[in-house]
Amino acid sequence: MNRRLTRNVGNAAFLAFCWAATGLALLALAAILWSLLKQGIGGLDANVFTMSTPAPGSEGGLLNAILGSVMMCALAMLGAVVIGVLAGTWLAEYAKASRYGALVRFLNDVLLSAPSILVGLFVYEIIVAPTKGFSGYAGAVALALLAVPVITRTTEDVLRLQPVALREASVALGAPVWRTILAVVWKAAQGGMLTGALLAFARISGETAPLLFTALNNQFLNLNLGQPTANLPVVIFQYALSAYDDWRRLAWTGAMLIALSVLAVTIVARLLTRELRRS
Amino acid sequence: MRTEDYALSIATPEPVEASPARTARGAAFDRLFEALCFSAATFLLCALGGIIVSLAIGGWPAFAKFGFHFFTTATWDPVAEVYGALGAIVGTLATSALALIFALPLSLGVAIFLVELCPTVLRRPIGTAVELLAGIPSIVYGMWGLFVFAPWFAMHIQMPLMMAAPAGSVWEKLVAGVPNGANILTASVILAIMILPFMAATLRELMLTVPSQVRESAYGLGSTTFEVVRKVSLPYVRTGAIGAVMLGLGRALGETMAVTFIIGNAHGLPTAVFASGATIASTIANEFAEATGEMHTASLIALGLVLFVITFVVLALARLLIGRQAHA
Repeated sequence: MNRRLTRNVGNAAFLAFCWAATGLALLALAAILWSLLKQGIGGLDANVFTMSTPAPGSEGGLLNAILGSVMMCALAMLGAVVIGVLAGTWLAEYAKASRYGALVRFLNDVLLSAPSILVGLFVYEIIVAPTKGFSGYAGAVALALLAVPVITRTTEDVLRLQPVALREASVALGAPVWRTILAVVWKAAQGGMLTGALLAFARISGETAPLLFTALNNQFLNLNLGQPTANLPVVIFQYALSAYDDWRRLAWTGAMLIALSVLAVTIVARLLTRELRRS
Repeated sequence: MRTEDYALSIATPEPVEASPARTARGAAFDRLFEALCFSAATFLLCALGGIIVSLAIGGWPAFAKFGFHFFTTATWDPVAEVYGALGAIVGTLATSALALIFALPLSLGVAIFLVELCPTVLRRPIGTAVELLAGIPSIVYGMWGLFVFAPWFAMHIQMPLMMAAPAGSVWEKLVAGVPNGANILTASVILAIMILPFMAATLRELMLTVPSQVRESAYGLGSTTFEVVRKVSLPYVRTGAIGAVMLGLGRALGETMAVTFIIGNAHGLPTAVFASGATIASTIANEFAEATGEMHTASLIALGLVLFVITFVVLALARLLIGRQAHA
């Protein structure tokens, strides 16, 4: 009887721990979202979207930072989707069990979680230092390098899920392999590939470290990516650590905007996979 | 995949003759498309190689000047132009190790909860919530850590502990530090929250690979949930689980913004868990854009190379251990 008691008590303690751990994780999420809303919503007014970052003590918003972030992310995604989809296609359709394929796959997985600040250093070395200038383009390249591994991985995964019979059917109709891939395999996998792109977008839109010394920052509205370009993450970083209350308020508002948009994109990507599984 | 590779499963009628010109064009474009895909894959390889090479070249002056002392001294003095990486390396390893200690039991708990205990209706919402925790940008963690968590921690944990420590004891040394909450321990806690969802997700995927017959047999023999997890599920996924831990460690080692906000950014060897410190990533983030001289820049890039080597080894091990079955 005694042994049974200890087993049951041990089990109950274990179950309680698992519940508590999950509760703690959910609590952390709730606490962070709560602070963001509490501190950020007060500063959310029309100025945020219509004015550029202010000098301390004067009125201003985040327009230049939001625009800069959007431009750099868009450019980065454009490049990353092309390279990532092609690389993922090669891994899924051509590489098969080849050694080179295994190597690329492995290194892609390492790149997937490599520290983003090192990507920033790399881009600084190859673009910023030779051209002697921080620029939005350098920032976009750094972000693209972070997005490519995510897209490659998801593309390969979803392409592998497509049945071989589909490809055989297309080839049997006389289509060359490239058309088979473009018009049949990609077509069938497009939902999953879109999910991958969304996840990559969610990842890069909040990245700060690689932009610190590539895009740097810019106090003024600037549509030329050849110049240092303002972007939300770096503005948040600088303003949050500043001594001015109004700058800190803007930082919270910016942090709220960025977190909510990232979470929204993640949820959309999530719902998309759900739809796909169902169909 | 080439045309010849497709196994035709049924007998096919005699093909209709296609125009030779069209066939030739199709075949030519086939090669072009394969080359295109191949170059994109090779680009990935070059990117990783480029990172190593550029960091090695950029950091070379520092290695050449300080030699092995770069790794064994903790002086970081931009005025005297003397740089040693030991403080930052120890800071990085200490925060990551502490974060792992906090996050491992919790992530196991979350993974087991999601696989074994969670009511089916709640499985998806809770899974999504944990995923959202992973999606929150690092900089937001940093702000939350500095403005919300650190003051709370200083008020409710650090101060009472410092008050309670008897004078002159080891305990007092251990908890010494400025009670503002910006220290190695709070940085580790924030790191732990950040890596928890990654580890939990990987562990969950792994635990789902345990064949249900095996688990059900154990339950059928009268095992409690605890026993099934401890004696059946965990041993089954052991290798992968170590990989998941390494994956979390890799994340923690390279995490930049959150740590930069909250670790206090003090150079030198950290003396206590309540003392300020610095990690490799936080040092680079803080100083690189305003580096004072060539040697300063070179030393920071050399630090980057050290970080790269450490994380590369950890992540490579992680990937090898997890294998490709569980998609992290």
